[in-house]
Amino acid sequence: MSETTSGATSAQKASPAPPAPGSGASRRGAGHLLRWDVLVTALLLVVFLGGSFTSPSFASAGNLSFALGDLGEIALIALAMTMLVVAAEVDLSVASVLGLSSALVGSLWDAGWAIETIIPLVIVVGAVCGLVNGLLVTRLGLPSLAVTIGTMALYRGLAYVVLGDRAIAEFPQQYASLAVDDVPGTPIPYPVALFVVLAVVTAVVLHSTGFGRSLFAIGSQEEAAFFAGIRVKRIKLVLFVLSGTIAAFAGVVFTLRYGSARADNGVGIELAVIAAVLIGGVDFDGGKGTLGGVIAGVLLIGLLRNLLMLNDVTTEIQSVVTGLLLIVSVLTPRLAAVVRQRRRSPVP
Amino acid sequence: MSTATEAVAGRSARNLVDLVFRARELSLVAALVVLVGVTAAANPNFLSGQGVKDILLNTSILALLAVGQSAVVMTRNIDLSVGSVVGLVAFSAGDFLSADHSRGIVSVVILGVAIGAACGLINGLLVSFCRVPALVVTLGTLYVIQGIDYYLAHGRQINAVDLPAGLLDLGNGSVLGVPYLPLITVLIMLAMGFYLRSYPSGREFYAIGSSPEAALLAGIPVRRRVLAAYLLSGSLAGLGGVLWLARFGTVVADSANGWELLVVSAVVVGGVAITGGVGSVYGATLGALLLTTIGSALVVLRVNPFWQQAVTGALLLLAISVDRVLALRVARLLRRRNVRGV
Repeated sequence: MSETTSGATSAQKASPAPPAPGSGASRRGAGHLLRWDVLVTALLLVVFLGGSFTSPSFASAGNLSFALGDLGEIALIALAMTMLVVAAEVDLSVASVLGLSSALVGSLWDAGWAIETIIPLVIVVGAVCGLVNGLLVTRLGLPSLAVTIGTMALYRGLAYVVLGDRAIAEFPQQYASLAVDDVPGTPIPYPVALFVVLAVVTAVVLHSTGFGRSLFAIGSQEEAAFFAGIRVKRIKLVLFVLSGTIAAFAGVVFTLRYGSARADNGVGIELAVIAAVLIGGVDFDGGKGTLGGVIAGVLLIGLLRNLLMLNDVTTEIQSVVTGLLLIVSVLTPRLAAVVRQRRRSPVP
Repeated sequence: MSTATEAVAGRSARNLVDLVFRARELSLVAALVVLVGVTAAANPNFLSGQGVKDILLNTSILALLAVGQSAVVMTRNIDLSVGSVVGLVAFSAGDFLSADHSRGIVSVVILGVAIGAACGLINGLLVSFCRVPALVVTLGTLYVIQGIDYYLAHGRQINAVDLPAGLLDLGNGSVLGVPYLPLITVLIMLAMGFYLRSYPSGREFYAIGSSPEAALLAGIPVRRRVLAAYLLSGSLAGLGGVLWLARFGTVVADSANGWELLVVSAVVVGGVAITGGVGSVYGATLGALLLTTIGSALVVLRVNPFWQQAVTGALLLLAISVDRVLALRVARLLRRRNVRGV
C-alpha cells in the first residue's frame, strides 16, 4: 500500500515547488525547513507512522485504499480550489454542484437514460454552474464569497427540485465498481489513479507554466497583474468553469461510489476542501501556496479521520479535529510572522 | 461662490446616496407587499391571524441573528458559526432546564447568552487580534462548535415535556395579541439601530467596513470594535438558541444546521453590503422577514417546497447584483456632479 502514498508524495515531489512568486520575500527569514508545506508533510509522516504503530489495521492495504477512496472527491475538488485560492478567489458552491450533479445522475438514470449519455451531460451542467459563478464575479465585479454563498443555496435548491428527497440506488454493478475497484494489479482505486494524473497536470500547470505564474500574480496584486498585461477576468472565468466541471465530475464519482444518488450528497464538503487547501499552506489572501502542500493537507485530513475512525472516535470529534486543524493552519503562519517581525525590529 | 455650488452639489449628492439606500428598505417593503398581496389573493388563509403569527414567530429568531450578523458584516467580516451556536445553546439550555425544573428562565437566558458570547469572543479574538481571515476562522469554529454540540447530545433529544411551562410560554405566549418573540427581536433591533446610527462608536462600525486602513489611521480602535461585533453576534446567537428552545420545545443536536447561510442571505438581501460599510439592521430584519414570508408563501401556494432554497439563493444573487449595479451608477453620478461642481 505504501506505493500509493509514495505515489501521491512523488506527485508532490514532481512539482519541485520553486519558491512561489511572492512567498520568497516573506519567508526568506524562516529558512527552507520551516516552510509550511514541508511542516505539513512532516506532520503527515508523523501521523502515518504513529497510526501504523498504534492501530495494527491502519497500514493495511485494504484500509489505506479505503481511506484514499473516501478522500477521492475532496482531493479532486481541492485541485481546482487551490488554483482559485491562489488567485485570491473562493468557490463555496462546489458541494452544491456535486449534489446537483448527483441528483441529475439519479433522475436521468431513473428516466431511463444511459450512463454514457448522462455523464457528459452532467459535466456540462457543472461547467455551466461554474460559468455562472465566474460571470457574476468577473462581469459585475462581485466578491466570489458572496456570489458562491448565493449559488451554493441555488444549486443545492435545484438539486432538491430535480430529485426531491428521493434516493436513487439501483445502478448496475459495472458502473458502481468503476468508482470503487482498484486499478488491476495495484491497491489503487480508479478515482485515486485519476487524481494522481490530474494532480501531476495541475502541479505542472501551476508551478511551471506562464498560466500558473499569472495566477500567483493575480493573487498577490490583481491591479499590477492587470497592468502587466495578464487577462485577469478571462483567467478567473476559466478557473470558475474548471471548478464547476470538476465538482460535477466528483458528483458522478460520489454517486457511483456510494451507489446512491441524493440531492443532499456531499453537504459540507466545501468546508473540508477549503480546510485541506489552507492546511496545505495556501494563503487565503492569495498569491502563496504549493500544490504539494495541498496534497499533503488532503492526505493529512484523510488519514487523521481514518485513524480516529479506527480508534472508534466518533464523527463529532472528527469534525472538531478538522475545525481545529483549520484554525491552527491559518493561525500559525500569522503568529510566526509576528514573532519574526518582533525579532527583526531593532530594540531601542 | 464656488464653495456654495460645491456645498449644494455635495448636499444633493448626499441626498442621492441617502435615497438609494433608503430605496433598499422601501423596495423590500414593496416586495413584501406584492408577495403578501398575491399570495393572499390566491389563498386567503395566508392572512389569517395564525398565518401572520407563524410568519412573525418564524422570522424573529432569524432576524435576531441577522441583527448580530449585520454588525459583523458591516465591519467587512463574516460570522459563519452562528447556526452552530444556536444549535449548541438550544441543546445545552434544554439539558440545563430538564435536569432541574425549578431553574428560572432568567438563569437559562444568562447561560445561553454567556455560551454565545464565549463563542463570539473566540471568533473575535482570532479575527481581530490574530488577523486570521474571518471566513476561515468562523468556518473552523463552525466545525468545532457543531462537533461539541453533537458530542454533548450523543443522539439524544430534548422534548417539550422535559421543559418548564414558563419557557414554553415565552416561545408561544403573547401580550395583547403580539407574541413575545417578535417583540424581543424588535426591541433589540431598535436598540442596535439607534446605537449604530447615533453613537460615535456605532458610526465607527461603518468606518471600519468602508476602509479598515483609513479607520486605523483615523485612530478608531478597529480591533476592539471588530471584537465587539463578534461578541454581539455570538451573544444574540446564544439568545436565539434559548428562544429556539422556547419556540420548538423539541431540540436535537442539528437544530439550526445550515442557518448561517440563511442569516447571511437575510443580511445581504436586506442591503448590508458584504464588502462592509453599508446597510442597516432594519434592512437586515426586513430581509429576514422577506425570506421567511417567501418560505410560507411557497407552502401556501403549494409550490414544491424544494424550490425554497433555490429561490433564496437566486434572491441573494439578485440582491448583490442590484446593489453592485446601483453602487456603480451612484459612483458615476457622483463623479459627474463633482466635476460639474468644480
